[in-house]
Amino acid sequence: MDNRTLLDRITTRFPDAVLEPMEFRGDLSLAVRPERYLEVVRFLRDDPDLRYTFLENLCGVDYLGRAPRFEVVVHLVSMLHLHRVCLKVGAPEEHPHVPSLTPLFATANYQEREAYDLLGIVFDGHPALTRILMPDDWLGHPQRKDHPLVEEEIAFTFNQERIYAHKPFAKE
Amino acid sequence: MTSTLHVPTPQEITEPAIAGKTETMVLNMGPHHPSTHGVLRLVLELDGEVVVNVAPDVGYLHTGIEKTMESKTYQKAVVLTDRMDYLAPLSNNLCYALAVEKLLGVEIPERVQVIRVLLVELQRIASHLVWLGTHALDLAAMSVFLYAFREREQILDIFELVSGARMMTSYIRIGGLAYDVPADFLPTVDALLRIMPERIDEYESLLTGNPLWLERTVGVGVIDAEAAIAYGLTGANLRASGVPYDVRKAMPYSGYETYDFEIPVGKNGDIYDRYRVRMAEMRQSVKIARQAWERLRALGPGPHMTLDRKVAPPPKSEITHSMESLIHHFKLWTEGFKPPRGDAYVSIESPRGILGCYVVSDGSPRPWRVHFRAPSFINLQALAHMAKGRLVADLVALIASLDPVLGEVDR
Repeated sequence: MDNRTLLDRITTRFPDAVLEPMEFRGDLSLAVRPERYLEVVRFLRDDPDLRYTFLENLCGVDYLGRAPRFEVVVHLVSMLHLHRVCLKVGAPEEHPHVPSLTPLFATANYQEREAYDLLGIVFDGHPALTRILMPDDWLGHPQRKDHPLVEEEIAFTFNQERIYAHKPFAKE
Repeated sequence: MTSTLHVPTPQEITEPAIAGKTETMVLNMGPHHPSTHGVLRLVLELDGEVVVNVAPDVGYLHTGIEKTMESKTYQKAVVLTDRMDYLAPLSNNLCYALAVEKLLGVEIPERVQVIRVLLVELQRIASHLVWLGTHALDLAAMSVFLYAFREREQILDIFELVSGARMMTSYIRIGGLAYDVPADFLPTVDALLRIMPERIDEYESLLTGNPLWLERTVGVGVIDAEAAIAYGLTGANLRASGVPYDVRKAMPYSGYETYDFEIPVGKNGDIYDRYRVRMAEMRQSVKIARQAWERLRALGPGPHMTLDRKVAPPPKSEITHSMESLIHHFKLWTEGFKPPRGDAYVSIESPRGILGCYVVSDGSPRPWRVHFRAPSFINLQALAHMAKGRLVADLVALIASLDPVLGEVDR
């Protein structure tokens, strides 16, 4: 399987799915239309000639100042052809939602939770989209480019009232 | 098929228990527990001593390595990669270096690639020795730990010889190596490679046929090939289930296609098979390291960095003579190099599985985004699948057999 053949297979099956095919240093990456994203992934996984059954990597990127602001990057591997393809799907800032791949690949579970936790990308259809690396009461998504890079003030008895007032658990 | 595969969350277990809807007992294990190999917290749902459900709770060691790398220049970010998988820092260095080198499109001299292969294979042995020692220790076989750490110490001495540090080496840099290997590198490695095969026999004589070991490991924590792929298991954990997938063969990097080695594969996907696969992998690593050693000896002295002056600084001797070299040196250390806009993904076979690195460049001297596909993090997802219906004592063996490193899980 080479990049050309794979791209042809996808474009014949879904003529409108691929927004922008890119080849950089021999790696194929396809920017996919969000509506077609799940169908393309399912096709790549289930087609008996392709068998991209292994989701190697899933992560989010914050392109602050670009539209769409967020991008989810997925690397799928076919153990049959020993070939890897990269799919990218954009998510706008005001509505950062992307369909979840967890129903298709169990391994996407933690990786999507990580992208949600650190970048605030919401994966629709994920069974339990909760924070995974940051504490549950954390505010904001630290890997966003506009997340303030400041130290958190340490709570002592003399100032804890003021600091705790900003925390979500203070309202409970 | 995959819809039946489920990765539980801690809340899924604790919430019904707090509401009083369950007959089972919820038990907290970790984060400070000797058998969780770091700060891994597990929420167990138990029926007597049988595990009904188990959910890992991670994040206790999250230090924001990916975020921190965004504010460092490419070369200076190398030191952070050491601190992810602290049992295999050289593998992390290599993965990151390869990803940035792919972005830059820079050629790496053959000699450098040979040294890299030699070192990461030694790293694989060192890392597997920690796994072996702690795994056996968890199952109350005390002496294996002492033997395994004896040889690991010898390997760490080699790392100290080349880089000055036993663990946080930062030795593999973008474009090559930090410095050239010293003159006594070859004889020291030779001494290790000579004794290693019989030392592996020694470990195996303690465990492989030991009835107590067999009872604790055979048929425990089974996962079939299909589920292993779906959960994204990689490394020895995947190969023990009978999937012969190894990045070194599938998508070779650093010249692995030119080495003669085999991929050990298991059959049943239980703890014992994972043990056998890792033991066989150590033997293969010795074989690869020996070939790399022969090549390095044949190649003789040579460059330890790429000759591309836009990436690697010129040697000191040149700086005193050439104005251009001085400018290159100054630019590299004050500003750093600027890879072209774009993104690159590279994956390597680290001791724990497929370690991937995704780097996005916006054309500036600092990476826009770095993401690591951490094998330990992803392998943990299969824990509940393997542990259900087994005893708590089996769970201890199971965590050890997955070989997670929490520094890498949480990054």
